[in-house]
Amino acid sequence: MQSLMASIGYNGWILTTLLLIPLAGAVTLVAQARASGHADPEARMAAARRTALMFFVVEAVLSLGLWWSVDYVSADWQAAVSVPWIPAWGIHYHVGVDGIAVILILLTTCLMPLTVLGSWTSVREKPHAFYALLLLLTTGMLGVFMSLDLVLFYVFWELMLVPMYLIIGIWGGQRRLYASLKFFLFTMLGSLLMLVAILYIGFKTGAGAGAPVFDYDQLVAAGNYSTTAATWLFVAFFLAFAVKVPMWPFHTWLPDAHVEAPTAGSVVLASIMLKMGTFGFVRFALPLFPSAATTPAVRSAVIVLAVIGIVYGALVSMVQPDFKKLVAYSSVSHLGFVMLGIFAFTTQGMQGALLVNVNHGISTGALFLLIGMIYERRHTRLIADFGGLAKVMPMFAVMLSIVAMSSIGVPGTNGFVGEFLVLLGAFRTQPIAATIAATVVVFAAVYLLWALQRIIYNPLTKPENASLKDLNWRELGLLVPLVAGIVWLGVYPAPILNRTHAAATRVVVQMGGVAESNGATQSEGGR
Amino acid sequence: MTFDLSQPAGLMGALGPDIVLMVGAMALMLFAAWRPESDAHQRTVGYASIGIIGLTAVAIAVYVLRHAAASAPGGIIAVDGFRWAADGVFLLGAAATIALGIESNPRDRVYTAESHVLVLFATSGMMIMGAARDLMIVFLGVELMSIAVYVLAGINRGSEKSAEGALKYFLLGAFSTAFLLYGIALIYGATGTTNFAAIGERITRFQVAGHGMLLIGIGLLLVGFAFKVAAVPFHMWAPDVYEGAPTPITAYMAASVKAAAFAMFLRVWIEAFSILDVAWLSPVWWVAAATMLVGNLVALSQRNIKRMLAYSSIVHGGYLLVAVAAGTATGASAFLFYAVAYTLATFGAFAVVNVMSRPGTTGAAISDFDGLWTARPWLAAAFGVCMLALLGFPIFGGAGFFAKWYVLQAALTSPHPLIALSVVLVLTSVVSAGYYLHVVRVMFMRPRPDGAPEPARLTPLTRLVLVGSVSLLLILGLFPGSLATWARHHAVDTPLASRNPFVRVPID
Repeated sequence: MQSLMASIGYNGWILTTLLLIPLAGAVTLVAQARASGHADPEARMAAARRTALMFFVVEAVLSLGLWWSVDYVSADWQAAVSVPWIPAWGIHYHVGVDGIAVILILLTTCLMPLTVLGSWTSVREKPHAFYALLLLLTTGMLGVFMSLDLVLFYVFWELMLVPMYLIIGIWGGQRRLYASLKFFLFTMLGSLLMLVAILYIGFKTGAGAGAPVFDYDQLVAAGNYSTTAATWLFVAFFLAFAVKVPMWPFHTWLPDAHVEAPTAGSVVLASIMLKMGTFGFVRFALPLFPSAATTPAVRSAVIVLAVIGIVYGALVSMVQPDFKKLVAYSSVSHLGFVMLGIFAFTTQGMQGALLVNVNHGISTGALFLLIGMIYERRHTRLIADFGGLAKVMPMFAVMLSIVAMSSIGVPGTNGFVGEFLVLLGAFRTQPIAATIAATVVVFAAVYLLWALQRIIYNPLTKPENASLKDLNWRELGLLVPLVAGIVWLGVYPAPILNRTHAAATRVVVQMGGVAESNGATQSEGGR
Repeated sequence: MTFDLSQPAGLMGALGPDIVLMVGAMALMLFAAWRPESDAHQRTVGYASIGIIGLTAVAIAVYVLRHAAASAPGGIIAVDGFRWAADGVFLLGAAATIALGIESNPRDRVYTAESHVLVLFATSGMMIMGAARDLMIVFLGVELMSIAVYVLAGINRGSEKSAEGALKYFLLGAFSTAFLLYGIALIYGATGTTNFAAIGERITRFQVAGHGMLLIGIGLLLVGFAFKVAAVPFHMWAPDVYEGAPTPITAYMAASVKAAAFAMFLRVWIEAFSILDVAWLSPVWWVAAATMLVGNLVALSQRNIKRMLAYSSIVHGGYLLVAVAAGTATGASAFLFYAVAYTLATFGAFAVVNVMSRPGTTGAAISDFDGLWTARPWLAAAFGVCMLALLGFPIFGGAGFFAKWYVLQAALTSPHPLIALSVVLVLTSVVSAGYYLHVVRVMFMRPRPDGAPEPARLTPLTRLVLVGSVSLLLILGLFPGSLATWARHHAVDTPLASRNPFVRVPID
C-alpha cells in the first residue's frame, strides 16, 4: 500500500487537497444555489445534499490513504508542505501531520459524510448555504489539525468560528440567537489573547533574525522565556484551548450551543470541534511552554479543573430533563478525562487521552445523531416525553444501547479502553486525581442507564409514541460504521495506539514525563 | 538626484500633485457655480471631480517615478514615501465618496454640485497634512480640510439633523483648532522653531525636554488632534455629526478625515517629538485605552446603523492610537496598512447603508436589516464581510485581520513594548464583536418582517464601490504580503530614534 501511495506522490499533495476539496464543494453549492433559483424546495434540498455528500465522500476516500502512507515512527512531519505565504511577516503555509493529527483528520473526514446523511431530511431551509458552511467548516477543522505555522493555525482556528456561528444561529432551535452569540464570544475571547501571545513569541524569537518567526519547530526549539513571561503566555494559550475543550468553568457555552444547534451542528461540535482544545494543548500549549506547563502550581491547577469537570459534568448530566443537554454535559466529563490524561505526562495517559478523543467523537456523535432521529419523529427531546420505545423502534433501541454502553465505557467497547488507559497513566503521577476520576465513572453509568431506561424501556404510556416508525435504511446505514468503530476500537485498539505512540512519546519527553516503550502500551491497550 | 526644497522650482515640483488637485478643484468650482442646480449638473461635476482625482494620482505616480531615490530631509514639505502612500489612501477615499455621492445626492434632494468640489478641497487639505514638516503647514492643512468638511456635513440643507450636526461640528472644530494653534505657539515659544526636524534637534540642544511650556504645548497639540480623530474624551460631537451628514460624507469623515489626522500626527510624533516619547506616551496610552473602551461599550447600545458605525469609527481611532503610541516606523507602516483596510471596509459598509436608507431619513435602523439575507443575499453577505473586517476577523473579514495584526505588531515590537495596551485592544475587540455580530445576526438569523420594504436596487457607481471594496478586502485578506511590503517601504523615517536617550531595553 505504501509503495502505491508513494508512486502517485500521495504525501506531496494530500493535505492541500484535503483543504481544497471542501472549499471547492462550498463554491459549487453557492453556484448551484444561484442556478436553481426558483426550483421546488424538495428538489433544491435533494440537489444540495447530494452535492455535499459527494464532496464529503471524495474527501473521506482520499484521506483514507493517510492511514498507510504516513511514517508514524519518524520524528519528521509527514506529508509536509511549506510555501511562503506572507514573507514580510515570516508567515508560511506550512502543513504536516504526525500520528496524533492523522487520527483526528481521519475522524473528521469519516464523520462528515455521516453527518450529512444524518441531516438528510432535516435541513429544509436554504439547504445550499447550510451544506456550503458545513464544507467550509471542514476546511477550518482540518487546517487546525495540519498547521505547523502558528499564524496559519490561528487563521484556521478562527475560520471554524463563523460557519459554526451561522449554522447554530440560522438553523438552530428556539434560543439559537443567544446560543450562537455566546459560542462566538467565548471562543473569540480566548483566541484573541492567544493571538497576542502568538505575536509576542513570534517577534521575540525573530528579534535577532530581522523577520518574525512563526514556524512551529523553530518556536519549539527557541522557547526560552523568563518564568513570568512563560506563565502568562501559557495562560493565554490555556484560555483559548480551555474554552474549546471545554474545561470547567469555561464550559457554559457548551450546553447552550449543543442543545440549540441542528443535529449536524451538534455532531460536528461534539465530535470534532471539542477535540480542537485538547489537540491544541498537545500540539501547541505544552511543547511551546514546557517550563510553565510543568510548574507544579500550573499543573495541579489544570488537573484540579479537569477533575472538577469530570465530576461536575457527570453530576449535572444526571438531572437533565433534556436528552441532548444530558449528552452535552457528559462531554464536559469526558473531555475532563482527556485533560487528565494529557496532564499526567505519561505515554499511557497521553495515548489514552487521544483515544478518548476519538471514542468521544464516535460515541457522542452517534448519540447526537440518534437524538436527531427521534427529534425528527417526535419534535421533542425531553426524556420524560418518551418511554417504551423499544417496543415500537427496536432497531433504534439496539443502536442507542450500544452507543450508550460505549459512552459509559463498558468493557468491549472503545470507551473502556480509552478511559482505562487514561486512568492507568494518570495513576502513576496523579494517584489522587485518578482515584477520584475512576470513582466517577460509576456516575456515567448512572445517568446514561437511567436515561436509557426512561426512553426505551419503561412502559409505553404516551399514545404519541405508539406510532413512531423505526429507523429506515439510511439511518441504519449511517449508524453501522459508527457501531463498527465502537466495537473495533473496543476489541483491537492497537492500530491506533501504534500510530500515536511515537508522537505521544515525543510530547511526553518534551514535558519531562514518563515515557514507555511501544510494547508496554500495546499489550495493555490490547486487552 | 539632488533636490532642493528651498528653491521655488524644487518646492513647486514637490507640491505638483497638490497643485494639480487644487487648480482642478478651483476651476471646477467655477464651472459648478456656472449652471443652476440640477441632477444632471451635479452628475457632470461629480464625474469631472473623479477625473481630477485620477489626474492627481497620475501626477503622484509621475513624481514618484521621476524622483524615486530623492529624499530631502528637513524643509517644510516631505517628499518621502509615507506622504505619497498616505495621499493614495486619501484619494481612494475621495473617489469613493464622490462616487457614492453622485448617486445618493438626488435621493437626499441635494443638487448642489459644489458638494463634490468640496470633497476635492478637503482632500487637498489632507494631502498637505500628510506632507507637512512644519507646524504652520500642519495648521494650514488642518484648516483647509476642516472648513470644507464643516460645509459638507451641513450640505443637506433640508435636514434638521444635518444642520444641527454641522453646527456642532463647526463650533467644536473651531474650538479644537484653537487648542492646536495655542499648542503650536507654546512649542514655538519653547524651541524657537516650527520645523519638525529643528524642534527635535533643539529640544536636545536647549535641554528643554522637561520644560513646562513645551510639555503644555505638546499636551494642547494632543487635545487638538484628539478632537479631529474623535478620541475619548473629545468624541462627543462625532455620533451626531455622523448621523446628520449625508451618508457618503459620513464615510468620508469616518475614513479619510481620520486617516489624514493620523498621518499628520504620526509624522509630528516621530519626526519632532520621538525624543520625548516618555512625555507623550502616557497620555496617548490613556487616550487610546479610554477610546477603545468607551467607544466599544457605547456602540453596543446603538440602534441606528450610522450611529453604530460612528462609534465604531471612534473605536478604530483608538486602535490606531495604539500604533501611534508605538511611536516607531513600524507604527507608521501599521497605520498605512490599517488605513487601506479600514477605508475599504468603511466605504463598503456605508455603500450598503446608503442603499438601505429610506429617502428623507438619516441612515437606517439596525432592525431595517432584519432578514436581509432572504431578500438580498449578496448584499447581506457583502455587508457581513465589511462588519467582520471592522471586527478584524481573519479570512471572512479579509484584510481587517491583518490590519489589526499589524497594529499589534507595532505595539509589541516598540522599544517600550505595549503589552498591556495590546491586551486592552484585543479584549475590547471581543466587546466589539457584540455589535458587529449583532448586525450579522439580524441579517442572517432573523426572519424578514412582513411588509418590510424591498431594499433599493444597487445603482452602478454604488455597486462599483461596494464590489470593489469587498473584493479587495477579501483578496488582501488572503494575500496581504504585497500590501504589507508596500506599507513597510513607505513608513516615516525615524531620524532621531537612534539618538533617543529614553529607549529602554525590551523587557519580558
